[in-house]
Amino acid sequence: MEYTILILLLPFLSFLLIGLLDTKLKPTAAGIFGTVVTGAVAVLSYWTAISYFVGGRNAEGLFPTMIPWNAEWLPFGGNLHIDLGILLDPISVMMLVVISTVSFMVHIYSFGYMKGERGFQRYYAFLSLFTMSMLGLVVATNIFQMYIFWELVGVSSYLLIGFYYTKKEAIAASKKAFIVTRFADLGFLIGILIYGFYTGSFSFTPDSAVIGSAKVFLPLALGLMFIGGAGKSAMFPLHIWLPDAMEGPTPVSALIHAATMVVAGVYLVARMFPLFIGYAPEVLHITAYVGAFTALYAAVVACVQSDIKRVLAFSTISQIGFMIVALGVCTSADPHEGGLGYMASMFHLFTHAMFKALLFLGAGCIIHAVHSNEMSAMGGLRKYMPVTHVTFLVACLAIAGIWPLSGFFSKDEILAACFGFSPVMGWVMTFIAGLTAFYMFRLYYCIFWGKENKELHAEHTPHEAPLTMTIPLIFLAAVTLFAGWIPFGEFVSSNGQAYHIHIDWAVAATSLCVAAAGIAIATWMYLREDRTVADSLAAKFSGLHKAAYHRFYIDEIYQFVTHRIIFACISTPIAWFDRHVVDGFMNMLAWISNQCSWLIKGMQSGNVQKYGIWFLGGALGLVVILLLI
Amino acid sequence: MDFSTILTYMYTEIALVGVIIAALLYDLIAGARGRKYFHGVICTLMLLFIAGTVWPYQQENASIFGGMFVYAPIYSIVKSVLAIGTLLVFLLSDSWLRKPDTEFKRGEFYVLTLSTLLGMDFMVSAGHFMMFFIGLELASVPMSCLVAFDKYKHNSAEAGAKYILSALFASGLMLYGISFFYGTTGTLYFEDMVPMINGSALQILAMVFFFTGLGFKISLVPFHLWTADTYEGAPTPVTSYLSVVSKAAAAFALMVVLIKVFAPMVEYWQTLLYIVIVLSITVANLFAIRQKNLKRFLAFSSISQAGYIMLAVISGTPYGMTSLVYYVLVYMVANLAAFGVITAVEQNSGKVNMEDYNGLYKTNPKLAIVMMLAIFSLAGIPPFAGFFSKFFIFAAAFEQGFHVLVFIALLNTIISLYYYMLVVKAMFITPNDSPIATFRSDNSTRLSLLLCLAGILILGLASSVFDGINLYAFGM
Repeated sequence: MEYTILILLLPFLSFLLIGLLDTKLKPTAAGIFGTVVTGAVAVLSYWTAISYFVGGRNAEGLFPTMIPWNAEWLPFGGNLHIDLGILLDPISVMMLVVISTVSFMVHIYSFGYMKGERGFQRYYAFLSLFTMSMLGLVVATNIFQMYIFWELVGVSSYLLIGFYYTKKEAIAASKKAFIVTRFADLGFLIGILIYGFYTGSFSFTPDSAVIGSAKVFLPLALGLMFIGGAGKSAMFPLHIWLPDAMEGPTPVSALIHAATMVVAGVYLVARMFPLFIGYAPEVLHITAYVGAFTALYAAVVACVQSDIKRVLAFSTISQIGFMIVALGVCTSADPHEGGLGYMASMFHLFTHAMFKALLFLGAGCIIHAVHSNEMSAMGGLRKYMPVTHVTFLVACLAIAGIWPLSGFFSKDEILAACFGFSPVMGWVMTFIAGLTAFYMFRLYYCIFWGKENKELHAEHTPHEAPLTMTIPLIFLAAVTLFAGWIPFGEFVSSNGQAYHIHIDWAVAATSLCVAAAGIAIATWMYLREDRTVADSLAAKFSGLHKAAYHRFYIDEIYQFVTHRIIFACISTPIAWFDRHVVDGFMNMLAWISNQCSWLIKGMQSGNVQKYGIWFLGGALGLVVILLLI
Repeated sequence: MDFSTILTYMYTEIALVGVIIAALLYDLIAGARGRKYFHGVICTLMLLFIAGTVWPYQQENASIFGGMFVYAPIYSIVKSVLAIGTLLVFLLSDSWLRKPDTEFKRGEFYVLTLSTLLGMDFMVSAGHFMMFFIGLELASVPMSCLVAFDKYKHNSAEAGAKYILSALFASGLMLYGISFFYGTTGTLYFEDMVPMINGSALQILAMVFFFTGLGFKISLVPFHLWTADTYEGAPTPVTSYLSVVSKAAAAFALMVVLIKVFAPMVEYWQTLLYIVIVLSITVANLFAIRQKNLKRFLAFSSISQAGYIMLAVISGTPYGMTSLVYYVLVYMVANLAAFGVITAVEQNSGKVNMEDYNGLYKTNPKLAIVMMLAIFSLAGIPPFAGFFSKFFIFAAAFEQGFHVLVFIALLNTIISLYYYMLVVKAMFITPNDSPIATFRSDNSTRLSLLLCLAGILILGLASSVFDGINLYAFGM
């Protein structure tokens, strides 16, 4: 399977080519080139997946872990070395499929969405860079390679969020995303270093003999790594960058901030799962509580936001919370004995990537049509945009967890795993699932039904998006419709053995009822043109409503801590010291150098006789010095 | 010892003599028309010469002529580096040689330059002080003719006079030193001398005097005073040759002699070098800050670079030798790129002052970029080759415990950064109402600049170069 290297090389070359030629390339040429390359990557990824899974299980009933490429890149002496290579195992192959599919769809979609934008070529170059980095992240053969690509996706995300670099909010958002995730990555890096130091390798599966001595430090290392994952996956309280990241172009939000990069944290935990479960189960459970709180918090906030992309952003945070919870509630590596969550998490990652990308792309079509993100500019759009409407509805049903759409199956497994862990966790997650159904349908009704903003629509009649944008919608909707029937457990499970998914009907019925209730309430509150119920509720609980609308003031707290405490009390004095003492010292050095160079000017007189004297004098001086010491 | 043994170990020198004779004959036979192709012919010959001798044929050390001439694989590498430098100088000298007042004597330029190269090769391979001295003189005397090549120009003639006077003085002192050694040891063979070296006062005096001869060629402080005047006055291609090839050869020869002959006096010469390094780097930097003429500026830059080169010598280890060869290679491409740009600008506009370069980027962006990269490499900014070469010499010296020295050198790189950036600032930032007009340089210059540029970009990143040199240095 040596050809898998092409999966990384092709997008990289495309990045180099489009990036270097930039405006010398026609926008359409850049777009077509990028799209064709990503298409080729998608084909290769599918081919890899098919041949990998068709290749079958080995004698132990596992899909073999393959490393078709590996190069020792940086040796440190001893056994410690950083490798760069490609690792194929069920989850990395699954991720290849997810990333290349969504990326391909986004490439096609952007053709319509970004048409006529300044910097079209740059946009495609960055998309290629991101695709390469993300693919490299999932196929990493060791934790350090993963970290390298982890930072690369961070950079590409930064570049794409700040794509509209003339817009102030976009710049602020890109900086925020970069700083927050980078801050979290510091934890990741320290975790990696501790891990490398004590186990003597950066491998995902170190020798068990070596681990013996490192056991004490593994929970710490894994916990720190999770902080990095929490930053990328927008777990509370490091989630603050994701809603702002919606300043980037909408297809970017679909690709990076919904389907692929933000689940890197989940992927990281899944990748380190054997170590978590074997040596640090308590850390794993902490992640579950973090995930559950995040899911709840984000779901509540999503209920009152008015910007449709922000609703989707909080919904993403909430859904990633679900995935983390599913991983965190695992108590053993056996899917029959409390290890179900692993499979559920990966399954949900897969289905969520598809329907969330669909939702974002749908939102992109809507924004494209009304030129605004605010719900107030929408309403009654169903008659203008039938394709978007239907596909959006499919995605909403899927995320709400309605049978037989893909979200139902994956969410059901997660809830089953949660109930297996503890009933409290199960009920909390079920409640959040209900909230999910509510806020998604609130969004849906506010966009497509309800009161139409007639003035705005008269001024500029909304229209259905062009084919390049609707085709990805239809494709993703089809995937969402049928992906639930994939026997996912046959491919991915916590111990690698085939796991036959069976639906726990008690859990399924509960979750269906809760979802239906959520949808029903949303319908009652938001379907009609007047929203007396909703308004009166908002008035009644105005304190809560306002707090939720302001995302419980988390950003303000950060603002306070950074500006009032860190900047004012720490940075300002240091800056003063730097400017006056450090710079002053340097200026003094410069002044002294200058003076010295004036003083010795006479040496270079241009007079050969004097040169001779210096020459001889110098030589004799050196002799004297040598003789004296 | 028959002819085949000589051929086995002296192939570089024999081939070089062949090239010199061919150049002489061509100059004699070809008329005015044939001379038009001289440049192509000589470059092809050099290319063949380099291709034939670039990697050492013999993997073991040997000495012939009773120990007069020594062969070692690393010497062969050193000679290749020198030959490559010479070829690059030839490439960038074409536009100057095409001028009517030099056209008719271009053959002399080639023969003289190649003679100095031959002298350097012998100097590097010497196993006897007489041989060493002859090599040194063979490298010096034709060099003064080269410096005064534009003899009807006042500057060039003055530079030639200063060079030859200083060279004579240095040679005299050096011979004096060697004679002391002969007096105290009774021999001039390197190998036989070693047991007799005991570090007596007379030998210290002798060693310092010997050192001045090479210090002059490498232009180390306080033996550097001729450098700025000579570099300024000499034709620019000759200056580039002086600043790179001549300097490199002397540095290699010095290291070889110090390690091989003066090994028993290691503390003395390390102290000597210590003082000289600190002086060279610092004094040259202080002078470089206030230079207005680019050729003078590069003269002081090259003195300070020589100080850095000595950092590799002071370590006295095979690793230091590798770093030295590598540093010189990297310094060569960067410095020749800078001189190539200066030559091109000088030949087309006659300007060599720093302020003339204001706004060069607007009119000649490619040249400005080449110059910028060369300067980045000289200043040691990553990821260009200069960064890695500086890193290796610092590592070599640090390894041997010269921590303070490395620190002083590091401080000086900061000063050097300042004056190197002045050139970049002039080219890219400072506005100018009448910048140097846009011109197209000739193909030969372009080729040499391109090769230098490739060196600046690739040498640092291709670890195989350093490893390749290292392979042979350990056999020294």
